[in-house]
This record gives sequence, C-alpha cells and structure tokens, in this order.
Amino acid sequence: MSKQDWRQAASGAVVPIVIVALWQASAMLGWVNPQVLPSPFAVVHKWIEYLLPLTAYDPATQSWLAWALSGELLGDTFSSMYRVVVGFAIGAGLALPLGLLMGSSQRMYAWFNPLMQVLRPIPPIAYIPLAILWFGLGNAPAVFLIALGAFFPVLVNTIAGVRQVDGIYIRAARNLGVSQRTMFVRVMLPAAVPYILSGVRIGIGTAFIVVIVSEMIAVNNGLGFRILEAREYFWSDKIIAGMISIGLLGLIIDVGMNKLNNHLLRWHRGLEN
Amino acid sequence: MTHIEVKAVNKVFKTDSREVIALKDINLEIPQGQFVCLLGPSGCGKSTLLNAIAGFSLPSSGTITADSKLVTGPGPERGMVFQEYALFPWMTVEKNIAFGLEIKGMPQAEITAKVDQLLGMLSLGDFKHRFPKDLSGGMRQRVAIARVLALDSPIMLMDEPFGALDALTRRNLQDELLRIWAELKKTIIFVTHSIEEAIYLADRIVVMTYRPGTVKRDMMVDLPRLRDPSAAEFNALKRELGQLVMEEQQRHHNDEMRIAAVD
Repeated sequence: MSKQDWRQAASGAVVPIVIVALWQASAMLGWVNPQVLPSPFAVVHKWIEYLLPLTAYDPATQSWLAWALSGELLGDTFSSMYRVVVGFAIGAGLALPLGLLMGSSQRMYAWFNPLMQVLRPIPPIAYIPLAILWFGLGNAPAVFLIALGAFFPVLVNTIAGVRQVDGIYIRAARNLGVSQRTMFVRVMLPAAVPYILSGVRIGIGTAFIVVIVSEMIAVNNGLGFRILEAREYFWSDKIIAGMISIGLLGLIIDVGMNKLNNHLLRWHRGLEN
Repeated sequence: MTHIEVKAVNKVFKTDSREVIALKDINLEIPQGQFVCLLGPSGCGKSTLLNAIAGFSLPSSGTITADSKLVTGPGPERGMVFQEYALFPWMTVEKNIAFGLEIKGMPQAEITAKVDQLLGMLSLGDFKHRFPKDLSGGMRQRVAIARVLALDSPIMLMDEPFGALDALTRRNLQDELLRIWAELKKTIIFVTHSIEEAIYLADRIVVMTYRPGTVKRDMMVDLPRLRDPSAAEFNALKRELGQLVMEEQQRHHNDEMRIAAVD
C-alpha cells in the first residue's frame, strides 16, 4: 500500500471509530439500557462466542477441524450460503436460457413478456405464504423464494443484453460463415455478458435479502433465523453480532462478484485501467 | 475471367411514407484480381451496392454472381472489412483472427500456423494477446484485415475501411493493403468517398450518382504503381474526378436542404 492508500484508509476509519467510541461511552455512562443497546465490547465478545465451538474439544468424538468449525456462526453461515447458492443457481439457471430465447426471438418475447411484466413487480417476500403452503417448512421454501428473487433480475438483464448486441458483430459473424448455434454461443452470449453480469449482481443482492427474511420464517438455522431467535431471549448483543456477520458476508460476496466481474469483463471498454 | 458480375441490379428501400431508390440498373463486370473503388458522396448507394455483393442486403431486382455462383447471403468467400472494424471485443487479437478458421473446423495446429503467419504479415505479433480495446484504430483495422485474409476468400469487400483513421495511419495501411493485394491477387471492391484514396489504390474507379445510385463514370486508372499523389497525372485525374463527385455532392446537399425545408 502506498502512502496515499494509507491516508485514505485512515480517513475512512475516522467516522466508524468516533461512532463506536460514542457508543461505548454511552454504554459505560449508563445512558442506555444494555438490553436495548449493549456496549460494542459486549457485542464483540458475543460475536467471538458465537464464532467459537460450543463444546470443549474432544478428540474421541470428532476431528480437530470439525470441532473448530462447529461454532454456531459458521454453521449458520454455511446454511445461509447453501440456500443462497442453490436458490441462485436454480433461479439464474432458469432465467439465463429463457432470457437468451426471449432476447433473440421476437415470438418468444411476445409470448412470455406480458406474463413476466405481471409477475415481476411482486416482491419475492410476497410469495412467503404460498411458499410455505406449497413446500412446508425447511430448506425448500427458502430455496424457492431465493430462486424467485434471483430469477427476474437475471432474466430482465439477459433479455436486454441480447437485444442490445451491436448488429455489426452479427454481420461480421455471418460474413465469417457462422452457424445459428455458433452465433448464439460465441457471439450473442459473450456480447451480452456485461448486461447479464449486472443482472447476476442484482440477483445475488436480492437472494441475500430473501435468504435472511425466509430464514426468519421458514427454517430453524441460518443467520436470519439466529437473530430472530436472539430477540426472543432479549439477546441484543447477539442480534447485533448476527447483523455484523450478515454485513461481513454480504461484503465478501460483493468483493467476490467484483473480482469475477473484472475478470470476465477484462475485454470490456468500460473497465480500462 | 469475370469474377464478380452485377447485372441489372436495383435496390429500393421502402419506409412508411416514401420509397428511396438506392440503386438503379447497376451493371458491372469485375475480372479476377482487379482492385475496384466505388466512389461517391454519402447517399450514392456505394455501401448499398457493397452490402448487396456481400449478401447482407440482397437486390430488389437483378442478380449478383461471384465465382459464377448467385449471391444469396453472406459467406466467407466474400470477406468483408467494415469501417467500424467489427472485431469481437471479447476475443484477443489472436482469437479474432482464428475465429473464422475455428468455425470452418480447421485443425488447431493449422489454425495456429495460419494465425501466426498473418500476425507476421500485418505486423501484429506483439499484439497477439491484446484485446481490441487496447489497440489503436489502425491496429484494429489490421486485425480486421487479417481476420478476412485468414478465410482465404478470393474476394475482399471493404466498406470505407480507413475512413476513421488519421492521414498518416491511413497511408500506411493503404500501402500495406496494396502489398497484400499484389501478393495474394485478390479481387477487391473498396468503398470510399476520398478521391485521392481511390486514385491511389484502384485499378478501376466506379463513380456513382446520388439518388438514385447509378454508375456515373467507370474508368480505369493507368498510372504506374506505387502512385505518387503529388505527380501531375495524379492531380489531373483528381481534378477530373473531383468535378464528377462534387456534382453529386451538390445534389446531395440540395436534397438535404429541400427535405429540411419540407420538415
């Protein structure tokens, strides 16, 4: 890191440090009820507790690694991520081919678009009662809701991506003698990737929101479930620790998406640096 | 031997409110290996004619044959170089050149050899792994030419390929093109609105009229190559062609003013 980077990092840290200091001071001075707002130290303490294994290490029953990963936080993170990944894969996996078809075929577009326009504004959250009615409780309704949340952003962007493919690429490809299939796979699809990726990004963001909400309702593990459970016991420190975990996970996903974006779009004009 | 034959070609574009006759009764016989420039102001139908020969937009009536085969659509035997380069931005230079060969199903080893040869021919070796966005306009157009050469098409169609380049790069690429043409004996149809470019490059210049697009003058250029744009004969020809083209440009201008007045 250069001197300038350090300076930038330092100036970015000022506001959070001041806020945490004020927060800690108000806790120490007894201005707020710790049940309502626990001190930052209590939150960090709880977070570490949440992260660490619940039981002492016993070599007889489990391996060291399994023990180290047996903490509640890691288990919850894994459950939440599992739902996001599966749900997103299903949602995006259906949206991508449909979007390619709708984007490239006027007829498909005419058939499906009106239905899409009606369904799209319904927030995935509104499907919760139906999801529980159809799938009961457990992973299935959560995955369904996440898939739904990921589906529309990916679909809409894929359609737009295919429709905006510059005609000059298509002419050049036809001139080179490509078949219909090659045109699709090697010209239309890569040309649409910038749009598709921004759809994927929105889709993952939606999936992440939906997973927390659906865990509050339909399942009994995962980060969303955990913070709601903590409320029942008035564990406000655990609620905040859980929220921080959710924030960190979101940040990690976002950074990962950014890296993927930059790699896949290294050819793209907008990313020159 | 006649390589490309354009026979009684008409092309009409219809919009809701009016019809534009873009090409009217065009007849051309182009022998193998000839370098033909289609010259005229914008709107004279020179690009329309080129697109018809390329097969992108077929004539409303009349026929075009290339290699004695009727043109019914685009194909790799009539390679096209576009003004906008039309390189695939998601492919590296190497991949862009190889693409046409891959879809032909050529074995990978042969593709590599062919691509390397073309990279050498067009001095692109150092740019092999670059993406088009990292190349200058001149370099991009070299890649586009290499991509068409890779197909070994006997016919090269070029739609104002150097129109967006600066004067020096342009001259440089014109010289390259002449060198390649002399070496590979391709039939080239080259669209331009630059009189000097046409005289510098062509065996034959076809001057076209503004709407409807017809052949106004079809002339051979007999100056020895490499041509010197400052030579007296060159300039005499330039003056003569300049007059022809400017008449059409004037009609184009008047037409635009008339349409503006109606609107």
